[in-house]
Amino acid sequence: MSAASNVTPPVVFTQDELGWVSWIDPLPEAELTERHFAGLVDRSRSKSEYFRLLVRDPEVLEARTKTDKDIFYNVADGLPRAERELAAAATSRYNGCIYCASVHARFASTYSKRRDDVQRLLDEGVGADLGERWNAVVKASVALAATPIAFGPDNIDELRRAGLDDAEIVDVINGASFFNWANRLMLSLGEPSK
Amino acid sequence: MATKDIIDTLAGIEPGSALDGIRAKRVQARDNAQKSYLSLFEPIDAGDVSLVERAAVALFVIGLHREPTVAAFYRTKLAATADGARLVEAVDVEIARGETSGPYGAFPAGPLSVENKAGLIYRVGAERKPDLGDRLVAAFEHAHLLVFRPRDAAAADMKALLAAGWSNTGIVTFSQLVAFLSFQVRVVTGLRVLGASLRRTANVAAGA
Repeated sequence: MSAASNVTPPVVFTQDELGWVSWIDPLPEAELTERHFAGLVDRSRSKSEYFRLLVRDPEVLEARTKTDKDIFYNVADGLPRAERELAAAATSRYNGCIYCASVHARFASTYSKRRDDVQRLLDEGVGADLGERWNAVVKASVALAATPIAFGPDNIDELRRAGLDDAEIVDVINGASFFNWANRLMLSLGEPSK
Repeated sequence: MATKDIIDTLAGIEPGSALDGIRAKRVQARDNAQKSYLSLFEPIDAGDVSLVERAAVALFVIGLHREPTVAAFYRTKLAATADGARLVEAVDVEIARGETSGPYGAFPAGPLSVENKAGLIYRVGAERKPDLGDRLVAAFEHAHLLVFRPRDAAAADMKALLAAGWSNTGIVTFSQLVAFLSFQVRVVTGLRVLGASLRRTANVAAGA
């Protein structure tokens, strides 16, 4: 077990940069092999405790990282980056992942230039009124995050009324779904620190 | 047009359909969602988490989502796994026992505490423990936590898994498995809902 007794966890949702401390042992940097570096995808991730923990299963990490990158960074088709990040931030807010929410709220603010609206999502929760288009994205993300899944035809209609086309709706589905993956890793394998 | 992958199969997406076309523009996301599935269920190294453990956890996790098509897929997978068929009934009983609605749980003490929401703290039934064994009992209890109340997770939950015989690497693979399934079942559900909506629109346009 990693020592985490000196961690000061954040107690509110924030756009500040947070740290993250693992509850179980990451691989030491000195033990990383080429198989592990392939799993990390970006060699610089060997500096991150989170990725040195996940790289204990390098094949899953590699596939997961490449899924993540395409869902969020490949903006040749589909939704603008800001709204993919909004879906990630809303999902994280709803599931309760303070760390993931901080990262993706920050990205949503950067790409949308709507920092105050993003902050209201963090402060007030997923019911905050952010305008028709963002409300539709947040509501769809939340419906997908519920268990059992509550996403239905009404969410599709609402996204269409807000102006999203089919490829953009697929990006909302992928972005929100992906954060149900990410939130469960970040919340259960360690904790954020200020 | 791409060959059907596991998401297409579970969401009912046919080659050449509108959704197939949208997915085909995002080759990397599509291929790597498939690789994630394969690396979890057909791993090159199953030393830390056995194939039957993976299939049993998958059926339990998807069963808790009450998504019958996807659950049927993983039920078949468990039944086909060596030594898995004997577990199917016990897993189904535990799914029924663990059914609830999430997310719920507690935030770190402070301003967010007003949003705390109490709910079921699931434990495996005593009568199924001999069938499942210590490792799967601990895994099911942790998987339920991850599915419904991930914000309740604490360092002590890692200790419980280690005490039940899970290695550090096994915990990572198991956590990825539960988290990946949480992604997969949502993509499948979302795309299925969108696909149905597109077919309705097409039928209206065709005057059907």
